[in-house]
Amino acid sequence: MTYFFQLILSFFASAGFGVLFNAPRRTIVAGGISGALGWIVYYIATEIGAEAPIASFLGAIVLTAVSILSSRKLRAPVIIFITCGIIPLVPGGTAYNAMRSVVMTQYDIALAYGFQVALVSMAIAMGIISTEMIDSLMQTLKREVKNLWKKEA
Amino acid sequence: MSVEALETVDKPDVSLDDKFVRKVFYVCLNSGKILLESGAETYRIEDTMLRMANNYGIGNVQVFVTTTVIILSMNDYALSQTIRIEERANNLEKVVNINDLSRQITKGLPIDEAIETIETIHETKMFPLWLVIIAGGIVSAMFLLLFNGTIVDIPIAAFGGMLGVLITESIQRYTKIKFFNEFFASFFIALFSVLYVNYGPGVNVETIIIAAVMPLVPGVLITNAIREMIRGHMLAGTMKGAEASLTAIAIGAGVGLIFMLM
Repeated sequence: MTYFFQLILSFFASAGFGVLFNAPRRTIVAGGISGALGWIVYYIATEIGAEAPIASFLGAIVLTAVSILSSRKLRAPVIIFITCGIIPLVPGGTAYNAMRSVVMTQYDIALAYGFQVALVSMAIAMGIISTEMIDSLMQTLKREVKNLWKKEA
Repeated sequence: MSVEALETVDKPDVSLDDKFVRKVFYVCLNSGKILLESGAETYRIEDTMLRMANNYGIGNVQVFVTTTVIILSMNDYALSQTIRIEERANNLEKVVNINDLSRQITKGLPIDEAIETIETIHETKMFPLWLVIIAGGIVSAMFLLLFNGTIVDIPIAAFGGMLGVLITESIQRYTKIKFFNEFFASFFIALFSVLYVNYGPGVNVETIIIAAVMPLVPGVLITNAIREMIRGHMLAGTMKGAEASLTAIAIGAGVGLIFMLM
């Protein structure tokens, strides 16, 4: 039940950001789905006991895979779905907490939050880029194999 | 190096008509401009512009894109221009449109039709303001629940999110000063949240505020900054990182001011 609830919440958060970023209407639902699936992976990983950066990395991998699939299906660039989908994972709230602690002169807390922002955003970026790399590698391999096949035939 | 040697280096393999080259230049430069204004990543912009030029048979093209400037040179034809971008906003619809155009060009769209497409792209429909504001409210309400907020706090979080979007959108229209709109928006969000908790049924002021500032917070910008850096675009990455931290400081300052006053 909680998982279902979390899915719904993160779906609407991602889709809402799709409207804020003026995403094309036909891509908003798919953006929400990639956000929801990325978040649920993150949520389950943290429940099992993973640290936030690792969980974010796993979530980013899943959401990028979903985004790549939807971009093939809907013929829109991957970046649309990724931008909507990373919303629940992204450390915006932590960045805000860090800067608020700075303004309130609680520098030690700010430092802890700041490092968390750096680590989590690094993990998300690595997750996205590694999935994209694997995808493009697979595409190239497919093409190479096809060419080989043609040459032999 | 003698003059003859220079000419042999710069001379293109196939000489294209000057008018045609200028049209291609126009299409490339404007696609890049639209992409940058719509918040696309710089490495993607460079890639798109290069691919467009190459598809029309123009080689030796150099593009340099940072978050505020595009420099495009077609070295074989001694063409070069610089464009400064003043305003940037996330507009994924335009990114999709330029991507479609680029895909059509790969399939062999004639240059005159490409120019027609470019000239209609800035008319893409935006979501109406009321819908954007409501979306801000929905986002904030959802984040309140994701952060384990209580049901009682939902109305104020949704109201705060809507207020934040409304204030940033309306200030952005009238001033060019950055970070000011985030400061004011978070100031009023914090003000109403504190009032709601102190004199109303509100429970947890921290959770309300963090959920309500969620539409303003630069989370995507931070992640994009790091992605640019991993791709080797250090300049664009550091610029976006600086912009993100200044935005976060502006939001933190707006909220912090309320906490100091009240």
